[in-house]
Amino acid sequence: MNAAGSAPGNDPGSPLWFLAELTYRCPLQCAYCSNPLDFARYREELTTDEWLRVLREVRQLGAVQLGFSGGEPLVRKDLEILVAEARKLGFYSNLITSGVGLDGDRLAALKEAGLDHVQISFQAATAELSDDVAGRAQFAHKEAMAREIRRQGYPMVLNVVLHRRNLDQIEEILQMAADLGADYVELANTQYHGWAYLNRTALMPSRRQLLHAEEVANRWRKRMEGRMKIYFIWSDYYEGRPKPCMNGWGTTFIGVAPDGSAIPCHGAAMLPGPALPSVREHGLDWIWRESELFNRFRGTEWMQEPCRSCPERGKDFGGCRCQAYLLSGDAAVTDPTCSLSPLHERVRHAVERADLPGAPAEQPLLLRNARHSRQLSEAENSPEPDPATTEQR
Amino acid sequence: MTAIGPDTRITLGHGMRFQWEPSQEAHVLLYPEGMVKLNDSASAVLKHCDGRRVSEILEALHTQFPDADLDADVHAFLEDAHERGWIRAGE
Repeated sequence: MNAAGSAPGNDPGSPLWFLAELTYRCPLQCAYCSNPLDFARYREELTTDEWLRVLREVRQLGAVQLGFSGGEPLVRKDLEILVAEARKLGFYSNLITSGVGLDGDRLAALKEAGLDHVQISFQAATAELSDDVAGRAQFAHKEAMAREIRRQGYPMVLNVVLHRRNLDQIEEILQMAADLGADYVELANTQYHGWAYLNRTALMPSRRQLLHAEEVANRWRKRMEGRMKIYFIWSDYYEGRPKPCMNGWGTTFIGVAPDGSAIPCHGAAMLPGPALPSVREHGLDWIWRESELFNRFRGTEWMQEPCRSCPERGKDFGGCRCQAYLLSGDAAVTDPTCSLSPLHERVRHAVERADLPGAPAEQPLLLRNARHSRQLSEAENSPEPDPATTEQR
Repeated sequence: MTAIGPDTRITLGHGMRFQWEPSQEAHVLLYPEGMVKLNDSASAVLKHCDGRRVSEILEALHTQFPDADLDADVHAFLEDAHERGWIRAGE
């Protein structure tokens, strides 16, 4: 890992983790999607040759873990070509997929090309709830694909984003993961950015739900020791301290969006400030080392109080810039999910509201699809959308 | 858990890849969502974990390091690596 806290101008070291967001097209409509709200504007996807160049340049920078993501990366017909190049370059590559649009032949072709492992997402343990939060989620097909991933010998990560509506299915979710033969299970509680922020009231669970789910996950972790690794990840909102977002801005992670915009985190597109540097205009080396965006929150110089003098600043790097912006309107303040932030009560109130019985479950979800994306773009995206104005499905 | 003896065959764990990383100036072990940067002795052992028996791995290491008394250390490392899922032990 790189030393954290290097000041701009110093050598930022190498990124280790590269996320290639090949497309924002997706057959699912998950209400907590981390893609930008205006994803429908991203029409000019990079060509195969442009992606091949990006892969070479990012590998040259030192990145080694590679996620092919989206949207749904299977939508790209050239995925096999990109996987083969990634293998040739020495990347350890991961397909991050919903399994929708996958079949045995495609999986075999990707294996042949050199794909190392597959992360398949599930929305819930039942078809009904999956459809509720993701549109037509094709639950049975996803189960069949998870079995096929195992049958073909891939290591399988099964990922479930947790929230108010599916947390109480935790037992069934873990039973499903065990039945499908997952090697790793990521139980990732929703982080409230992107579409999840828009749907925050409907998605935020009560603390009781979270504690129960964690207890069940701990029990399963013991039961499955040596066979299935289980990660249970809390949302920053409930923890009093943010996680070290991206392991520190511009230290470890680099992503490229479908149109070639380079991003230091999944949500960077919505932050005000310097434009996203495009791989169509700049080399990846310049983007990583020199661009204003990647240097913007590097190190500790940019920090305000209470982060600036905080002994924990090297541990969580001030938290998440997107959370800071969404909750305060200023991307450079201390992440308000930190209990030391002067704005922390905004987070506390949201958590307390989620503990009130009844009401939040009645909130409609705004599904992530192109129609809603265009409507939001036209309506001008405000950092704090009023959940009452979100349209019912 | 399988006891690791001289006849045990050692392979890398499911989905693990062992390779040299120029940017880290080290051998690394890659697995889903993670990477371990290896020190010289760990990589010297893992290099031979390709289905060979423990006795053969030791033989190769003795050839490479003729003056070292390394059997106990190698056994301890293999037990530890097995526990972490870096390697698989079979017949």
